[in-house]
Formats: sequence, C-alpha cells, structure tokens
Amino acid sequence: MAKRNILIACLSSFFLLTILGCGSRQGSGEDGSSNTIRVEGSDTMVNLAQAWAEKYQAETAEITIEISGGGSGVGISSLTQGLADMANASRKMRAKEIRRAKNEYNLDPQEFTVGKDALAIYVHKDNPLEEITIAQLTTIYGEGGTANTWAELGITVTGTENQKIVRISRQNNSGTYAYFRQHVLDDNDFKLGTIDLSGSADVVSMIEKTRGAIGYSGMGYATDGVKMVKVKLDNDSPSVAPNAANVINGTYPIARPLLIYTPQEPTGAVKDYLDWILGQTGQTIIEEMGYVPVK
Amino acid sequence: MLLLLLLDRNTTKGNLSFRRSFQQLQDRLEPVVVGVIYICGWSAILFVIAIFVFVFKESLPAITGIGTEIAAGEIEVEQLDLVEFTTSPRWIPESSKKPAFGILALIVGTLSVTFFSILLAVPLGLGAAVYVSEFAGNKTREILKILIELLAAIPSVVWGFIGIVIMNPLITNLSGEAVGLNILNAGIVLALMSVPIIVSVSEDALRAVPDSFREAGLAMGANRWEMIYKVLFPAAKNGLLAAVLLGIGRGIGETMAVLMCTGHSVNMPTSLFDPVRTLTATIAAELGEAVRGDLHYHTLFLIGVVLFAFAFIINLTADLVVKGVRDQSNV
Repeated sequence: MAKRNILIACLSSFFLLTILGCGSRQGSGEDGSSNTIRVEGSDTMVNLAQAWAEKYQAETAEITIEISGGGSGVGISSLTQGLADMANASRKMRAKEIRRAKNEYNLDPQEFTVGKDALAIYVHKDNPLEEITIAQLTTIYGEGGTANTWAELGITVTGTENQKIVRISRQNNSGTYAYFRQHVLDDNDFKLGTIDLSGSADVVSMIEKTRGAIGYSGMGYATDGVKMVKVKLDNDSPSVAPNAANVINGTYPIARPLLIYTPQEPTGAVKDYLDWILGQTGQTIIEEMGYVPVK
Repeated sequence: MLLLLLLDRNTTKGNLSFRRSFQQLQDRLEPVVVGVIYICGWSAILFVIAIFVFVFKESLPAITGIGTEIAAGEIEVEQLDLVEFTTSPRWIPESSKKPAFGILALIVGTLSVTFFSILLAVPLGLGAAVYVSEFAGNKTREILKILIELLAAIPSVVWGFIGIVIMNPLITNLSGEAVGLNILNAGIVLALMSVPIIVSVSEDALRAVPDSFREAGLAMGANRWEMIYKVLFPAAKNGLLAAVLLGIGRGIGETMAVLMCTGHSVNMPTSLFDPVRTLTATIAAELGEAVRGDLHYHTLFLIGVVLFAFAFIINLTADLVVKGVRDQSNV
C-alpha cells in the first residue's frame, strides 16, 4: 500500500511539473516575443540556419532564435498563418500560398535570396556513373520513364544482384522535391515507387548504405560515402560538376536560390537578423556550410 | 479512490464511535464517488464519439467540395473523386499539374505488412504463451513475463531504428536485394511489436482455464501436447482470438515503426522485398505540412476515416466471433 502511495505521489508530481513547465515556457514566449525569432522551413537550409543562429546569438545576447525544419512547405504554411517570423525555403512560394496569406491572414510575404545551392545528384561511392543528362534523370524519375535498371544507363553497379535503380526522393512538401519536379521533370509527376525520405541528410545517408541508389539533395550534404555526379543539360553540352564556381558562373543546370520569406516587410529584430545574414559574416557562414553566397 | 482506501484503513483501526462517524461520512460520500465513476465510464464513450465526429467532420469537405476564390466572383471548386480515391494506386497529392488522391497502394501496403506480421507473430506469440503458462516453472515464468512486458514497453521509434540500422543491412546482405526497407523488414519489426500483446492476452486466457480441464485431459490418457491442443485451445478460444485480433489492430494502427521500416514508397507490391507505404505513415508524414483547408488536408482526414472503418470492422468481427464461440460453448 505504501509503495502504491509513493508511486501515485511520484506520478502526480511529475504531471504537475510538466504542466508547470509548459506554463512557464509559454509565458516567456509571450513576454519576450520581440526578442525571439521563430524560423521554420526548408530541410536543405536547416543546418545553415542553425549555424547562422548560433553565431548571431553569440554576438547578440538578447536575441533568441528558434529553428525548426520540416520542409519548405511546412515553413511557408506556418508563415502564411502568422506562426513563424521567417520561413526558409528552397522553392518559391506558390501563387495559391501567397493568396492565402493575403486573403485569410492579411499578410504580405516578402522574399529574400540569401544564398545559392547546386541540387546535386548523388550515387553510392562505388557506382561507376560519372555523368548524367537531364533526359536520363527524367527516364529514371519521371512518370512514364522507362529506366529501371542501371544496365539501361549502360553501366554495371557491383554488389546489387538485380541492378535495380533504387530511386530516393523526398516527401512531397519538400522544396527540393518541388524544385526537382519543376526543373528536371518539367513539372510532370514522379514515377511511383520512389523511397520518400523526410530529410536532406537522410537522402545522403540512405545512398551511402544502398549500392544501387540514386538521389538528389543539396550539395552541402556530401559525405565520403557518396559521389556527386556531373550533370549535362543534354547530350551535346559539357558535363558540369556541382560546385560553387559552376553555380556562380551559371553553367550548372540545376542550381537554385535559397530563400527566406518574412510575413511582412521586416522590421526590428527580424530586419537586423536578415541584414546580418546578407552581410559579411552571414555570407561567410554560407560558404563554410558548403553553399554559395549571393554577394 | 485514495480517500476511500484511507477511510477503509481508519475504520478498521478506530473504535466504535469513530467507526460510526466514518460510516456516516462514507454514506454521504457514496453518491459523489458513484457519480465520479459514472462520469469516468461515460467519458470513454464521449471521447470516442467526439473523435469520430471531429475526424469525420474534417474529412467531409473533401467529398462535398472545397471552394476557393481565385479572382473576384470566380470560385474554383476542388473535389475528391471517390472512385479514384478507392481504386487508383496513384497518390500524388502535391502534383503541380493534376493531383491524384488514390489510396489503393496505401491500403495494399497496410494490409500486406499487417498480414505478414500476423503470420509471424501468431505462432510465435501463441507458442510463447503456451510455454509460459503450461511448461515454465514458477521462477522462469515470472522472469519471462517481466521480460515480455518490457518488450511491450519499447517505444515504436526505437523499433524503427532497429529496422533501419540492423535489419536493413541484414536483409540486403542476405537477399542481395538493392534495398532492405520493405514489407519483410516492417513485417518482422511489427511482429516483434505485437508478440508481447499476443503473449500476455493469450497467456491470461490459457491460465483462466480451470486446472480440472487439464487433469481430466491427462487422466484420459492424452499426453501434454494433445491436452494443450485438444483441451486447452478450445477452452481458451475466446481469449486467444481476442489476442490475435488485438495483434492485428496493433499492426494496422502502428505508425512510426512502419514509417521508418517500409521504405515509405507508394508502390503496389509484388514481392516481400518491395518497399510500400501505409495509411498511417502517410497521415503522419503529410498532415503536419498540408495546407489547412486544402483538398490534400481533408483527404488525409478521410484516410483517418478509412482507418477507423478498419478498426471498427476488426473489433466487430472480434465481438461477433467471440460471441459466437461463447454461444456454442454454452450449448
């Protein structure tokens, strides 16, 4: 009996603490809302956003920056409902989303290009594939595309018996997914049967472990276990490696802007932070994280 | 509840007058306590109804159509094609040209994973239950029961890790398949997750069979296996069936582990080595980011209704079958 009483006491105090904990956290959020910047969105940019926030918070002690990923779609969705101060996005806002923000929440989303990225095509490090054309990517990924084995691309991948191409893709709210569909598949749909992962890093680590895999992700996520394939616009064009120089000179065919949206014309703390990101320090961090600065 | 226990203890200790006043207090408290218990009982029903109404209400616009004003006076209506919804394997909710909302592949994914896991879990679970209740000594039984309960306490996301980190390379190495996240992987993980439930429920059912049944069986010259097979199993039929159906329910409702282990790939499977996607995983992965009020958003709720229907059918069959068995055994 005594044991049970102690157990009940423990449980109830635990609940009480949780409730109190929640309460106090909410309180601080409300009090210091002007000092807290809520950043949400793109998974491609989440590491970058973290790096920015760490440095910025070290420099400016009174600002707290809360960062969460989830995908460009999540960030934009939160932004249009007024739940985030900034949305990271690796795709542009759609007309429908802007309309919703304007009509239903009376917001006026502003777009800022803060960096650039090459959308890299990854394969396993032992895959002999060196270059790929956009047309080949379409036959692998696009609905109605015929390529299902590596043999159809004229190569043999060691270590997989059936030579099947394991197509790695992203969940459908991802900006990377939307960008790939628009610029590689020409707005046609993906072939069903892709393995849909929910993070940029997940794509790369899955390819590391899967010999027959191909996938796309930001070039900042490259590791030693994977290989970035050179991309050709068509058969006659030169094959271009995804790196900063080729993004800057515009030769890499699937380079994309990294965007930040704010719900209104930015003011106060958000404006300061955005200016800092676009300034010297912020742009240096972009380079350190493996992306391309805008200036 | 606690108060009552305290009162109870005091009454046994106290003298007569104390006892009488406590008795009066208890009498006065009784209607209050009864009322509280009454509310507790009814709240369960209330919650189920409230959840169902909420999910159903949120899914309704998908069927009746959602109007959005694209320009002044110009209203575009999006509506779910129910034939496509139930018969097409194409689930492309965020297409930039024409979204497709077919959940056939998701249903097939859910059923194939659940079916395969039950195929593994039922023999394993029943075997374990028979061993624990009939063969194991007292000490072994206690240890096994604790361990099995521990197995049930492992969070599903941890099972998902096991599927990705351990089973995935194991399956690719052993089978030579390109990728190890598939029906086989999710089925095995799900089987391991539902075994504890099957074991504990069916073990209870077996232990509820009076010892006189066992003694009678053995006295008739049956060996232990025959006694279990021909006497215990028929006698414990209700409980065993409930155990299996609870296992199936777990399989259909499980989300996190299957999200991680199936490969999360919209696909009509042709073999155990094909990646699939389940209904639950689709809701989990997409509801957070679907734009509120969008057709995609409401369709995800409709998938919730489909899951509800599955759960309802399973529970109803369980009830009917158990009832049927009970009526038969009463005759």
